Amino acid sequence: MTRALRAARHYLPAALFLAALIVVWDVWVRVAGTPSYLMPPPGSLLDAFLDQRGVLPGHIRTTLTEALLGLALAALLGVTTAALIASLPLARRVLYPLLVVSQNIPVLVLAPLLAVWFGFGLTPKVVIVVLIGFFPIAVNTADGLMNADREMVALVRSMGADRLKVLRLVLIPSAVPSFFAGLQIGAAYAVIAAVIAEWMGASSGLGLFIVRSQRAFRTDQIFMAVVLIALISIALFVCVHLLARYSMPWRHAGAPAEGD
Amino acid sequence: MSAAGEPALRVRSLGHSYPGDPPVAALDEIDLEAARGAFVSLLGPSGCGKSTVLQVLAGLLAPSRGEAAVDGASTIGEPGLTAYMPQRDLLLPWRRVEGNATLGAEVAGVAREEARARARELYPRFGLEGFERAWPAQLSGGMRQRLALLRTFLMPRETLLLDEPFGALDAHTRRGMQGWLQDVWGRDGRTVLLVTHDVDEALLLSDVVYVMSPRPGRIVERIAVPLPRPRHGADVTAEVFVALKARVLAALETPGAGAVE
Ligand SMILES: Nc1ncnc2c1ncn2[C@@H]1O[C@H](COP(=O)(O)OP(=O)(O)OP(=O)(O)O)[C@@H](O)[C@H]1O
Ligand SMILES: [Mg+2]
Repeated sequence: MTRALRAARHYLPAALFLAALIVVWDVWVRVAGTPSYLMPPPGSLLDAFLDQRGVLPGHIRTTLTEALLGLALAALLGVTTAALIASLPLARRVLYPLLVVSQNIPVLVLAPLLAVWFGFGLTPKVVIVVLIGFFPIAVNTADGLMNADREMVALVRSMGADRLKVLRLVLIPSAVPSFFAGLQIGAAYAVIAAVIAEWMGASSGLGLFIVRSQRAFRTDQIFMAVVLIALISIALFVCVHLLARYSMPWRHAGAPAEGD
Repeated sequence: MSAAGEPALRVRSLGHSYPGDPPVAALDEIDLEAARGAFVSLLGPSGCGKSTVLQVLAGLLAPSRGEAAVDGASTIGEPGLTAYMPQRDLLLPWRRVEGNATLGAEVAGVAREEARARARELYPRFGLEGFERAWPAQLSGGMRQRLALLRTFLMPRETLLLDEPFGALDAHTRRGMQGWLQDVWGRDGRTVLLVTHDVDEALLLSDVVYVMSPRPGRIVERIAVPLPRPRHGADVTAEVFVALKARVLAALETPGAGAVE
């Protein structure tokens, strides 16, 4: 109970600020008389949502499938690449510099190209999400594997552990926190990446919904979709965060014990 | 397995320089032995190469020259022959106290349940009772060190290499653990090589004390300790003890370069 209370107090300023922004938005639109196809009042977003609630679940399902599938594949490929980099010196020298540099390539601009290559189905969207998630996961996991405490590795080797045991007992657990750091970055961008890929052409998804609303000058629907996308992104981020917490219980243990 | 009379632990003309620019000459020439079941200490100033000797014996460091063997088998490039307690506790943060205690035993192939049962018997003695399910981050420095010692003890090895196992303990706990170590060692007959800075500790526990010179390390003196056992904290005032201590301190004073016993 006290914990919930403390959490509430912690987030209260941010919540109040957000509420204030919405009020300002509402008052400003009314006073200035801005036409609603430019700037709809906040209340109209709810109307738009209720109006479209028949078609929205289908769009959400499509976008979520693309994001989750892409993120899962990115994790799989990222971890495999990281394992190669950490265990084979040649792979490290070939791949690692490319990987670090390639983080600076804006992958999203590849979306039109991928639409040309893969058509308008699920594939180009998943590929974009994989590309977005792959690099941070691979680089972070590789760093985690390579930065494991050398003395811990030595200790376990002194016990007679072979390479596989060293990997299982020390290297993998050392890399778990950085793997999740990479996954969090991937999760933060996965939904947005899927939506942008849908702009290039799709038969379903929140990106398609936005494009259609734009053609109909339904600014209220675009705003509503943006809020939905933000909420889904946040939900995904929170899920990954909880998964990370659950996977690393030692990081969230209480204070040190009393004693000498 | 090995010839009778073979020492449990033998180091011959061991020398080591760490590569670098310039290279660090850590060990000049080390010769030492421990008979089976003996308690031997290695005493010397900070940085003289004590930990380096232990790393060679643990099979973790290939020395520039010389030999090191446990039960007649060379340890050079051969880890897994000894139970090694490094100077840092190196507890695995992602394993609970019980998981860390049994780590070495498990790696050596002891069944997990059996290792856990043995650990449970020893928690009270190590002041870890009630903390079996705690994470290392929740332990005090002294508790961490006792856990590292417990982990070393639970390994099924005949030779123990202990690098300043009581360094982080207060004087009272330290004396308790020394008494315990003497006790257990007396009962299970394993060979111990202990690295320490503490002259009283070395003399109280050991059959033989080797004193090292400052870096690059060499053995300045080998001192047998003929005091009867079991020894007690009060023995530090005994006449023989005081004489031995004077000898050790004199050996430690010996200027490093060129000093030969
Ligand atoms: N990995 C390393 N690379 C380079 N030099 C090293 C390395 N490890 C130790 N040394 C050097 O070798 C010398 C001996 O180190 P060692 O750790 O064996 O000393 P020690 O006697 O255990 O000291 P202490 O009592 O402070 O633990 C030191 O001067 C140290 O600087
Ligand atoms: Mg040392």
